[in-house]
Amino acid sequence: MISTDLSVVLPEITLAVFAMAALMFGAFAGKDKVAPLLTWVTAAVFAGLAIWIGAGVDGARPAFGGLFQDDPFARFAKVVVLLSAGAVLVMSQDYMQRRGLLRFEFPILAALSVLGMMLMVSAGDLMSLYMALELQSLALYVLAAMRRDAAKSTEAGMKYFVLGALSSGLLLYGASLTYGFAGTTQFAGIMEKVHHGEMPLGLLFGLVFMLSGLAFKVSAAPFHMWTPDVYEGSPTPVTAFFATAPKVAAVALLARVVQDAFGHVPGDWGQVLAALAVASMFLGAIAAIGQRDLKRLMAYSSIAHMGFALMGLAVGTVAGVQATLIYMAIYVTMNIGTFAFIMSLERDGKPVTSIDSLHMFSRVSPGKTMAVLVLMFSLAGVPPMLGFFGKFYVLRAAVDGGMLWLAVAGAVASVIGAFYYLRIVYFMCFGRDGEVVESRMSPAQFVALAGSALVMLVGIFNLFGIEPLAALAAETLVR
Amino acid sequence: MATIILFAPLIGALICGFGWRFIGETAGQVITTALVFLAAFLSWVIFLGFDGETQHIQILRWVESGSLATDWAIRLDRMTAIMLVVVNSVSALVHLYSFGYMAHDENWHHGEHYKARFFAYLSFFTFAMLTLVTSDNLLQMFFGWEGVGVASYLLIGFYYRKPSANAAAIKAFVVNRVGDFGFALGIFALFYLTGSIRFDDVFAAGPMLAETQLHFLWTEWNAANLIGVLLFIGAMGKSAQLLLHTWLPDAMEGPTPVSALIHAATMVTAGVFLVCRMSPIFEYAPEATTFITVLGATTAFFAATVGLVQNDIKRVIAYSTCSQLGYMFVAAGVGVYSVAMFHLFTHAFFKAMLFLGAGSVIHATHHEQDMRNYGGLRKKIPLTFWAMMIGTLAITGVGIPLTHYGFAGFLSKDAVIESAWVGNSYAFWMLVIAACMTSFYSWRLMFLTFFGESRAHGHDAHGHGHDAHGHDDHHHEPHESPMVMLIPLGVLALGAVFSGMLWYNVFFGDETKLRAWFGMEAAAHHEAGADEGHAEAAATEGHADPVATEGHAEVATEEHADAGHAVGVAPKGAIFIGPDNHVIHAAHEAPKWVKVSPFIAMVLGFLLAYQFYIRRPDWPGRLARAQAPLYNFLLNKWYFDEIYDFVFVRPAKWLGAFLWKRGDGNVIDGGINGLAMGVIPFFTRLAGKAQSGYIFHYAFAMVIGIALLITWMTMTGGAH
Repeated sequence: MISTDLSVVLPEITLAVFAMAALMFGAFAGKDKVAPLLTWVTAAVFAGLAIWIGAGVDGARPAFGGLFQDDPFARFAKVVVLLSAGAVLVMSQDYMQRRGLLRFEFPILAALSVLGMMLMVSAGDLMSLYMALELQSLALYVLAAMRRDAAKSTEAGMKYFVLGALSSGLLLYGASLTYGFAGTTQFAGIMEKVHHGEMPLGLLFGLVFMLSGLAFKVSAAPFHMWTPDVYEGSPTPVTAFFATAPKVAAVALLARVVQDAFGHVPGDWGQVLAALAVASMFLGAIAAIGQRDLKRLMAYSSIAHMGFALMGLAVGTVAGVQATLIYMAIYVTMNIGTFAFIMSLERDGKPVTSIDSLHMFSRVSPGKTMAVLVLMFSLAGVPPMLGFFGKFYVLRAAVDGGMLWLAVAGAVASVIGAFYYLRIVYFMCFGRDGEVVESRMSPAQFVALAGSALVMLVGIFNLFGIEPLAALAAETLVR
Repeated sequence: MATIILFAPLIGALICGFGWRFIGETAGQVITTALVFLAAFLSWVIFLGFDGETQHIQILRWVESGSLATDWAIRLDRMTAIMLVVVNSVSALVHLYSFGYMAHDENWHHGEHYKARFFAYLSFFTFAMLTLVTSDNLLQMFFGWEGVGVASYLLIGFYYRKPSANAAAIKAFVVNRVGDFGFALGIFALFYLTGSIRFDDVFAAGPMLAETQLHFLWTEWNAANLIGVLLFIGAMGKSAQLLLHTWLPDAMEGPTPVSALIHAATMVTAGVFLVCRMSPIFEYAPEATTFITVLGATTAFFAATVGLVQNDIKRVIAYSTCSQLGYMFVAAGVGVYSVAMFHLFTHAFFKAMLFLGAGSVIHATHHEQDMRNYGGLRKKIPLTFWAMMIGTLAITGVGIPLTHYGFAGFLSKDAVIESAWVGNSYAFWMLVIAACMTSFYSWRLMFLTFFGESRAHGHDAHGHGHDAHGHDDHHHEPHESPMVMLIPLGVLALGAVFSGMLWYNVFFGDETKLRAWFGMEAAAHHEAGADEGHAEAAATEGHADPVATEGHAEVATEEHADAGHAVGVAPKGAIFIGPDNHVIHAAHEAPKWVKVSPFIAMVLGFLLAYQFYIRRPDWPGRLARAQAPLYNFLLNKWYFDEIYDFVFVRPAKWLGAFLWKRGDGNVIDGGINGLAMGVIPFFTRLAGKAQSGYIFHYAFAMVIGIALLITWMTMTGGAH
């Protein structure tokens, strides 16, 4: 019995063991000197685990009496999380090292956080959910504050931690209400309780509180306020990390909670998620217009994108979940490329993140400008870039699911949002003359930028085959 | 063969239009001209050897959409054969003529290339016109109809540096749109009622349409009449009939060969062609044909009156064209489609010739178009003079009364007038008066241009600025045009002299031959009925003899049974003459005074012109002063342009400016700009303010958020 359970969670155990071993190794072998090595090894472990999980068994395997769920949905999310985290690590290494930021704890904390994310997407019980969430969050708090000597970084870590604690409180309160009214913490049990179509008011309160707590993790408005400050304050590689893997994990967890535990009352949480989606899309689009900093801009951009992802979940259908999964995969790819570019910007050796520094960048580097142009168009959702198809899937799911107004709102918001993406392109190609920023790229960053731009163009043919995988994942989740 | 005829001009236009840079301008000109001459030659072969049997030559399957299925096919029957000859002959000659006329055009700077473009346009026009006349269905016809419209637009505006030419081109295009709208509605109505736009299907439905009622514009209409009127509105636009005629005189801004080809011989007759082609419908639309007759007669009269006082040589001929088109419509309106085609046929020759002759005069006098500055040109350009003389004799209708010997116009115009006498007395009198005026203005043109003293320099002070410049540049004498311009005149002169006599019988003179010529059924018993009924008819009212029909009840019923049987089968032949239509027959029996009346009118017109412009040249000026209001009324073309300007053009411009400035500028642009620069930035600033950086603000936002969500959920969802 126990051996079967252990075999199901073997990838997670492997990662945990690796993280601890790496910590020991780093502490005793040479501290920060081995940090580059550790970074690459961690990335390799991520990649290896992704292959292992991706190519492993199929079908659903619950473990530990339902605490842990291993199914196609979880595996899809885990692969995306692992690959994106690995990519961020690889492209961060050069940046961190040149600025003396590369501590050997960085890859280890990332590994622990990824471990939390893997457990999150597999959670089958409120308790395992909370445990995984906290494991992920604690690692992220530390990552945000990694530049201890910089006020902004510590401020970001502090803000993130305090607000994260508040959101954890909300989540816990919701979980306890749910437990009180359902009599169980297991998703399957909660499902049975609301099976008869009747939802006690207490359970509804519990649901809303839990959704609010999770909305904080995906930075959906109005629980988004931490995002711009933390994104701006953290070192850019950490920001890149925040913008990718945890978002996927949080969205997946959200999907699991609403579908696995409250799948019988889609109207209730669908309403909440739709409201959050609309608020996020519009806030992300409108507030970003005023931004002068690339990282803050990307924060609002991610808020708007999370709105679209939530739109797919709000519909509550298989197509909706599938659309959300595809959307997240595309979103992560775009963000990796964009952050690779942002990391490369510097002037006199100092990192630059101001939008105004991009004026006439096309003179310096037409190739990179081209790649960024593709990425920006894709982020804005301009066909024929892949980003358009992500939005298209979500909007179609919303229309088919009878939420036309939501789709219309999404389209309007994306029109507004297009402004600031295109403004970046405008500055780069037609801006005014002035001192031009430099762009120094490590090979890994260059591969990330060029690769993701290429994916945006080539992927439109068959989405690299993730469509049927996402469909399979969605079908196992939605019952 | 028909396919070659159709596509030769298109190929020429493409080669010359797009390829002249590679093959050179002259080569382009030669190729287009040679291809059109080939088409013209083949057209004559078809025309002379044609047996009247309708043929369909499918070229490609064109449009298939729902129940609409249309081929691109050539319908080859007598009508098509006639039009092929007319279009290709005139076009070929005009191509040739343009070699000389366009050789040195002062509207272009030295070294500018314009000739290839001109020839390409001419050939393109020819192709479009051929598409129109060979069409097998209404869609194809509409394609050709619009194609000639485009070509006409391009050629009127050929001198695109002249604002007046551009304005004229736009005017022609816009006025034609009005007509085309009616035409399109007519096509839609036919498709709506018959489910097809193929001619054969549509023609077969003629009797059915006559018994169908259609609701349109708050009124119940007889379907055949409604369709007839709508189609005729299209014809009015193209053929410059009254109310939609204003574009034709302005179209004279184009080069003169264009006027000859498009605005005299071919395109403007498309409306007449349309009415004749649709004769199986019009035969069942009595009110529509009455409308056509009255409007045609009025146009003939109106245009002739205006032609009396115009001073621009081309405008005189343009109004003459307008007037002659009215004649054709009268013929079509009273039901003698063959006569309409006859006049179309002869008119093409002598009117093209008059235009080309006028072009020769203009060429000789270095682009002087005001007849008051001509005079005494007879001796200087004798060949042109004789050509114009033949044209004038033809258009005024000179011939030996009560015989069938005379110039082309004599035979065809008299046929029209005799038919009009049978059909509609209003039309008859209008046409006779118009014939008198035709004679007057034609001879006026001749006398002013070729007789008397030369006024070439005396009138320079009249203020024709650019003309004066022209004279400054070339202070030499008028000279005869080159051979390439004279040969077409000679060929057309042959047509103007003989075309009437040669084909009189098959178009009008002999009904049996006519039926065979147009490929119609011999209609043996029908003719017997007409013959016997005619005894009474000739004595009394004329056609439409109820007695005859009654007297031959059996025959009639049999015939009607036949007709009933034949529903779904198109009547045979290029045109259709209804069973009750005996106009031709009655016209042959017209009294002698009717037959002589056009001749008398012509002589009267000639004598008046002679008196006014040869014997007492001071009379016109005195008369104009004595009758100033009438003179100005005519000189300003009955003030049509002014009225249209006031009623349509200015309100339309006002509305356009209003929608542009207020609607688009203020409302739409203002709304978008306000949203993009006012509302959105406001919210952006608001969001920026909320992002204060204080952690308690953030926490507060979260708490507010959850409170709102909880409240909202408790009130709307959950509890159900």
